[in-house]
Amino acid sequence: MAAAPAEAPARAAEMLTVRNVEVVYDDLALVLRGVSLEVGDGEIVALLGANGAGKTTLLRAITGLLDIHDGRVTKGGVALQGTRIEKLDPPAIVRRGIAQVMEGRRIFAELTVDENLRTGAYTRKGRGEIAEGYARVLDLFPVLKDRRSSVAGYLSGGEQQMVAMGRALMAAPKLLLLDEPSLGLAPKIVEQIRDIIVEVNAQGVSVLLVEQNAQMALGIANRGYVMETGRIVKEGAASALLADEDIKEFYLGITGDTGRRSFREVKSYRRKKRWAA
Amino acid sequence: MSEFLQLLFNGTALGARYALVALGFVIIYRATGVINFAQGGLLALGAYLAYALNDTAALPFALAVVGAVLLSGVIGAATERVVLRRMVGQPVFAVVMVTIGMLFILEQTITSIWGFEALNLGDPWGVQTVRAGDVVLATRDLWTIGLAALVLAAFFAFFRFSKLGVAMRATAFDQEAALAQGISARRVFAVSWGISGGLACLAGVTLAAGPAALSPGIGAIALIAFPAMIVGGLDSPGGAVLGGLIIGITQAMTTGYQDDFFPWAGSNFAAVMPYVVMVLILLVRPYGLFGTKEVRRI
Repeated sequence: MAAAPAEAPARAAEMLTVRNVEVVYDDLALVLRGVSLEVGDGEIVALLGANGAGKTTLLRAITGLLDIHDGRVTKGGVALQGTRIEKLDPPAIVRRGIAQVMEGRRIFAELTVDENLRTGAYTRKGRGEIAEGYARVLDLFPVLKDRRSSVAGYLSGGEQQMVAMGRALMAAPKLLLLDEPSLGLAPKIVEQIRDIIVEVNAQGVSVLLVEQNAQMALGIANRGYVMETGRIVKEGAASALLADEDIKEFYLGITGDTGRRSFREVKSYRRKKRWAA
Repeated sequence: MSEFLQLLFNGTALGARYALVALGFVIIYRATGVINFAQGGLLALGAYLAYALNDTAALPFALAVVGAVLLSGVIGAATERVVLRRMVGQPVFAVVMVTIGMLFILEQTITSIWGFEALNLGDPWGVQTVRAGDVVLATRDLWTIGLAALVLAAFFAFFRFSKLGVAMRATAFDQEAALAQGISARRVFAVSWGISGGLACLAGVTLAAGPAALSPGIGAIALIAFPAMIVGGLDSPGGAVLGGLIIGITQAMTTGYQDDFFPWAGSNFAAVMPYVVMVLILLVRPYGLFGTKEVRRI
């Protein structure tokens, strides 16, 4: 905790702790080079970074999905509420309370909306509890109510994202991982998704939000991290990150003087001054 | 007309057996992306288990069949657990070779335990028949159709409505996303193999019942169920059943009418007919009648 940056606000008990995690794919590609990150109980934490920075890999290291991509955690560890989980398989991790919405939604397009939602409750026992969770999901996503028997593949992108989020929530997670939920969605839908994330969080679910849409993510997050080439290069309170010049330039497309971004400048800038950890 | 009905009945009974085997193929293919060439071996082993339970353990026939179906299911799941799980992530070619190897192992095991001679399965149906007008319905064929219909209906209800059935479909569609929901792919694989083993056993029993008698060669039916599966579409359970019926009925019709229409094709053209149908259907629909275009290997 001593290493935590000064601007980080005081936090409640830790939900997720990622310590110094190194991930190697196919025994040769080092993709995460010692990443540490924390999500406090009840927090929304944003994780920003360009394509290929290693955000999805970090999520896989948390959820146990590295295995089927021939990846391994070679160093460090992941803990949920103090219990190490990096050696568990994905079903065990879901049972412990981590659910995730994968990049690109990954809904079961051949199954109905109803069936999609039910797969999310696969690890849960007790009909009553599941029915309750189901009702709560439909409350969060009223649009899905009338579409329960539709084949999920026929839904619009926004609705599919809602199915993916509803499915994850059916597992009644303590921690929800969202991998680019705004990807490819209209601004209006992004707003809806954002509001739902806030609401889910208000119901007591901690959130780790991976996004390219920094404006949206930092707008609702308590804290944020920035990843580049497998490292965390910046971290801090969301408000501090929003005000950060580098973040403004790379993620919000605003430079100090002109208010416009030139790609040529960005490139040379990146060559000259990398965010070094 | 009565000849047609007779052939239709025979073909349906035959097709029901193909359907059971083809469905077994499809279930394993959907779950694991592997075509299980050992299916014929499981089928023969299942029939011999029924024989052993009935003859050696002196159980009533019905109980012996139920026991054999369950045992075959366990053997199927165990095969997955012990042999094929180690092959996950290996090239398809290697996995297919393993299933072919298992086919030989199963066949040899059967002959070393029970010998090559034809055995009487011990079913109560024998050569009895029921007459319906001019059509002669063999009792064992009636039972075959009835049992197959019951088992297939049960399977499809399970597949459609049960938690595990939905999980199986989810896993078939996107294994990683299913894992992310906490669905254990291993469990789905094992259950798929188990169901497949049970289906194969039932097909074996209905095939060896009555005058056909039980011999180590009955597993060869899997080679005919193979085109049935392809016709229906590799990844479509409903297609497998329909494909089985199409192939069965076509074969029966060919047997009955060949002499009238194309005697020049030789005396046993019915044996070739399934493959002719398969080729014709694949020419028109390369993914089978109900297959999805993008047959994925995960």
